[in-house]
Amino acid sequence: MSKFRKDGKKDLPAISTASLPDIVFMLLFFFMVATTMREVDLNVDIMVPEAKEITKLEKKDLVSNIYVGVPMRKFTKTYGTEPRIQLNDQFATVADIQAFIASERESRKEELRNKLTTSLKVDQYTKMGIITDIKQELRKASSLKLNYSTRQTAE
Amino acid sequence: MARKTPEINSSSMADIAFLLLIFFLVTTTMDVDTGIYKKLPPIPEDEQLNDDVKVKKRNVFSILVNRNNELLVNGEVLSISALREKTKEFFLNPQNLENLPEKALKNVPYFGDVMVSKGLISLQNDRGTRYETYIRVQDELAAASRELKDEKSVQKWGKKYAELDDDQKAAVRKYIPVQISEAEPRNTGGK
Repeated sequence: MSKFRKDGKKDLPAISTASLPDIVFMLLFFFMVATTMREVDLNVDIMVPEAKEITKLEKKDLVSNIYVGVPMRKFTKTYGTEPRIQLNDQFATVADIQAFIASERESRKEELRNKLTTSLKVDQYTKMGIITDIKQELRKASSLKLNYSTRQTAE
Repeated sequence: MARKTPEINSSSMADIAFLLLIFFLVTTTMDVDTGIYKKLPPIPEDEQLNDDVKVKKRNVFSILVNRNNELLVNGEVLSISALREKTKEFFLNPQNLENLPEKALKNVPYFGDVMVSKGLISLQNDRGTRYETYIRVQDELAAASRELKDEKSVQKWGKKYAELDDDQKAAVRKYIPVQISEAEPRNTGGK
């Protein structure tokens, strides 16, 4: 015993906490990198098509998203495998779009309401029929600014 | 009395933290929303429906896309990759051919009196057309329009269209009016 304790009376030295901020920073960075900001949980699989002549969508707070795609596997039992529309967190039908646009308008400030853009995030294998229907609904709701979400083609 | 452990010099901690911060700032790619911007036409009033503007056949560049994602451009089958050249040729009509659109004398700021094409693109797709094809057609048309505009602005200012200021852009847009009209959806032949 005494072999290891050469000086028994000495107190344990305090552990230096100088590296604690580092650890905290590292954790912070880890979560910063690993987190993806997403407002809604996607219930449909979407792989947007590629295009070259694209523009950046600015002012994200003035964008409302409409998702169209095949329901994810866990939903195929209830919703089938045909492309479906998703608004906010739920599956919807074409008839719901006008109400959705109205509620999106309602949630914005009055002076910004006519600046709303609708972004269509549509899976590339979707048929145009459903999109034509959506466009007609958007026109009826007089929400005429439209953005077809696409990826940049890899050069 | 406890012996003091020598304090670890933590002055470089800040440097390390900043280094990490900068590293992640640089390498993180914010997911930017990109896409093709379009403006939908408003719903026509009822009385206008039957009173469609009559446009001469030679002035219309009609693109039909069928359910097998094939293109019919002014009556002939065309591949998507050939669409861009075809569109440019349609708008330029360098030899003033009979079957390509007519031009009208117009006064455009910066350019003076120039011949402006009266051409119009009409795009119609089937309900069974794939979205990807539709986007590719839109993309090719946008590319054709941009190339035409670039050509004019390089001629005039030696700069690409995107680098011009707003007035110049408006002038070029007036010189090269590329209008895409999408046909009112018709339900023919079911889904």
